[in-house]
Amino acid sequence: MTSNSPTLADTGPGISTQPAGGIGSWFSRTNVGLLREVALLPVLILLIVVGTVTSPAFLTVSNFAGIGQQSAALGVVVVGESLILMIGGMDLSLEGTYGLAPMVAAWLIVPIAAYGDGTDLSPYLGIVVLIAIGAAIGLLNGLLIVKGRLNGFIVTLGMTIVLAGLQNGIVKAQTLFNLPPAFGYLGAASIGQLPVSLIVAVVIFVLVGLFLRYQRTGRAIYAVGGNPAAARAAGIKIDRVKIGVYVAGSVLAAIGGLMEAGRVSAVTGQQGYGEGIIFNVFAAAVIGGVSLKGGRGNMIGAASGVILLGIVQNILTLDNVSNYWIEAIDGAVILFALFLARIVGGESTAETS
Amino acid sequence: MTSSGQALVEVTGIEKRFGTTRALHDVSLSIKAGQCLGLVGRNGAGKSTLVSILSGLVEPDAGTVAFGGEPAPRVGDTARWHEWIATVYQHSMIVPDLSVAENVFLGSTPGLVSWRAMRNRTSAIMRDWGFDIAAGTLCRNLSVEQLQIVEIARALARGAKCVLLDEPTATLEREAGRRLFDRVRQLTAGGVAVLYISHHLEEVFEICQDVAVLRDGEMVLAARTAELSRDDLVLAMVGQNHQTPSTERPVASLVGHPSPGSGATPAGEDVVLTVENLTADSLRGRLSGVSLQVRAGEIVGVTGLLSAGVATIGRVIGGAEDSSGGDVRVRGRRVPSGRRDVAQRAGVGYIPEDRHREGFVPHLGVAENVTMTITKRLADRFGLLSPARRVAAAGPLTRRLSLVSSGPGQPVGELSGGNQQKVTVARTLAHDPSLIVAITPTRGVDVASKELLLGSLADAARGNRAGVLLCSDELSDLDICDRVLVLVRGEVFTEFTEPPFDRDALIVATEGIAQEAAE
Repeated sequence: MTSNSPTLADTGPGISTQPAGGIGSWFSRTNVGLLREVALLPVLILLIVVGTVTSPAFLTVSNFAGIGQQSAALGVVVVGESLILMIGGMDLSLEGTYGLAPMVAAWLIVPIAAYGDGTDLSPYLGIVVLIAIGAAIGLLNGLLIVKGRLNGFIVTLGMTIVLAGLQNGIVKAQTLFNLPPAFGYLGAASIGQLPVSLIVAVVIFVLVGLFLRYQRTGRAIYAVGGNPAAARAAGIKIDRVKIGVYVAGSVLAAIGGLMEAGRVSAVTGQQGYGEGIIFNVFAAAVIGGVSLKGGRGNMIGAASGVILLGIVQNILTLDNVSNYWIEAIDGAVILFALFLARIVGGESTAETS
Repeated sequence: MTSSGQALVEVTGIEKRFGTTRALHDVSLSIKAGQCLGLVGRNGAGKSTLVSILSGLVEPDAGTVAFGGEPAPRVGDTARWHEWIATVYQHSMIVPDLSVAENVFLGSTPGLVSWRAMRNRTSAIMRDWGFDIAAGTLCRNLSVEQLQIVEIARALARGAKCVLLDEPTATLEREAGRRLFDRVRQLTAGGVAVLYISHHLEEVFEICQDVAVLRDGEMVLAARTAELSRDDLVLAMVGQNHQTPSTERPVASLVGHPSPGSGATPAGEDVVLTVENLTADSLRGRLSGVSLQVRAGEIVGVTGLLSAGVATIGRVIGGAEDSSGGDVRVRGRRVPSGRRDVAQRAGVGYIPEDRHREGFVPHLGVAENVTMTITKRLADRFGLLSPARRVAAAGPLTRRLSLVSSGPGQPVGELSGGNQQKVTVARTLAHDPSLIVAITPTRGVDVASKELLLGSLADAARGNRAGVLLCSDELSDLDICDRVLVLVRGEVFTEFTEPPFDRDALIVATEGIAQEAAE
């Protein structure tokens, strides 16, 4: 070996003599990062063209600011769900957290007349409470799934129903309104034409994206999701990484819920579970190339998934598509986008391996 | 059917490329009924591609495959293909929650399933070939050896006239391997052709009448085994410029190197690992009270049958599995059981038994996998890791192990088996462990890579004064050891302290038979 292999090994990027998995894998390997990340770009361009042609109001700054504001809350939840999917988990209860956390915080803040509990908590403390609730739910989920070795689907399904029940039970299906400006700032305020929620969502996407790419724990998330046994054998504390990700995911869902509460300046019993947002959360993540099997995905993809859903919704609204048909078209577009992303992204976006 | 007849399977002039890589070039091969043909070659030589072509999974770019003189069915027509040739893969293709009969007829059941007919036919095949497995048993309850029999029965049930065995002994114990040879002889005696793929040359010499050697995608040798020596075969596999002495020296010279403190008192800071009265319940074989010590710079082998606890002791010391009692101390510090992360921080490197399951993250790159154990050291105080630093840290290790990849970013899942194992070893060497626990590190690895891997362990012991605990049932791995413990049923049965170790004596000891006179 010592006598004949250096020619292969010492030249660094030598030619692998092993058979690869066909043209598809060769193609995706050479372009792996780039192609995957911009896989949705053609679909987005197509949608923007369609929007521009069908409605004069589409290609305007105010419309895009609107799309941004409406998508920001969903986007933050998608970041959370993507992290959880990447470690090979899943969390259906993010929609419950998205509703319950702002509900409890608002309930402690607003006066009795607006169906509060009379504590009249400061809105800033309210936001602390909101984050604490998110963290607590995530911790509970994480402990049950990781330490209790329960199935994540069932645990978080049960948790969703518990959270939605609490959300309705606390205010007896009333709507909390009269939210103080500080509490609603994140969701309602704008700097010039730019919604604050959009800025915050973009910052979260960028920070989490950099974290995943360059930070130890971020890299550990890929390792844990890609092969937990190998990650463990390499000395990574996989339980801690997993539980940490469940906590982070739920905190992000709570922040998303805060944005939504600010945007509509109320918290209803319907927010989250009642609206069924988890479907859109999963759709955006998966369209964006986050694998349901763990270990694969990135924030550029997740963000394009969110933007795509936002634009589709916007076009359907602007074009006055009948409310009775909007869901069917929405779903069909999602399936189409998924298919296109799979074609453009090549072998690396395939689900079976 | 006689072995003198016309070729049962004949491939001529096969060419296959994957992208820019040439996998096979002008490969021809023929197998007659009743013949057992050995196919050998290093990892990446093109064996898997040839197997895929012979199994009808991959279409060659050029060349023909013929069965009994007729052109082969088109690729993808698995049902007709299976009438001629069936492959028993290294990784079991058995569905564990189905019965033996269902697995035998998997994929070839008619629309309406007659359970009785299926069981009867399975029982008939088992009876005809002298296999002893009940058709109704759930495959989950079978041993690895029995699962392999089910796969062979599946091939026979489809009427395959040629059976491809891909590394059939890799997962078997020695005795089970012997029984497999009997089965292969039985098959060939019954007129079935067998293509036997193996890294173990002695197996090829034992049961194959003929042998074919692939190197870099070309068939470089095809001859009768009786006319070849082991060296001829190694030379053909490795190539002309392979100089036997220079490759064997690093390993061989170690055998002669003085055992540190052999006979001396084990006390002092030189002791890296102290294991006392270790017990564990494990599916891989239980431990019932094992004590041992490893000193710095010493290579201690642990061997025995698979069920004797050889892998278990490695896993427990590595922190990958819980113990039920006893003590593991690394440099005097107690390591809690089942905590791989703590064990690693205490300085225990761990090369797992099953590299596919525990050895690497398949879609992450070579550099990232190699440095996975040292992210803390490479990161700055915010935990940020620069990809360039990662590549720089991985470089020396991948070069030292002659790891072949298209670059540091190539996903490890795309590498050949031997190179994947090098990634796993590099990952372990990366964190400069004071103790390396290696479990069957050369399984499924070709001859040259094997020497390189063992050499790197020997280097770690000699150069870095690391203790090495080598748990292996592969006797040739033990050549680098200073002493060898033999486990029988979870207990230390005997110890060999004087290298070189006598192969036959080791085999006898693993079976639990005491030597009449101790040396």
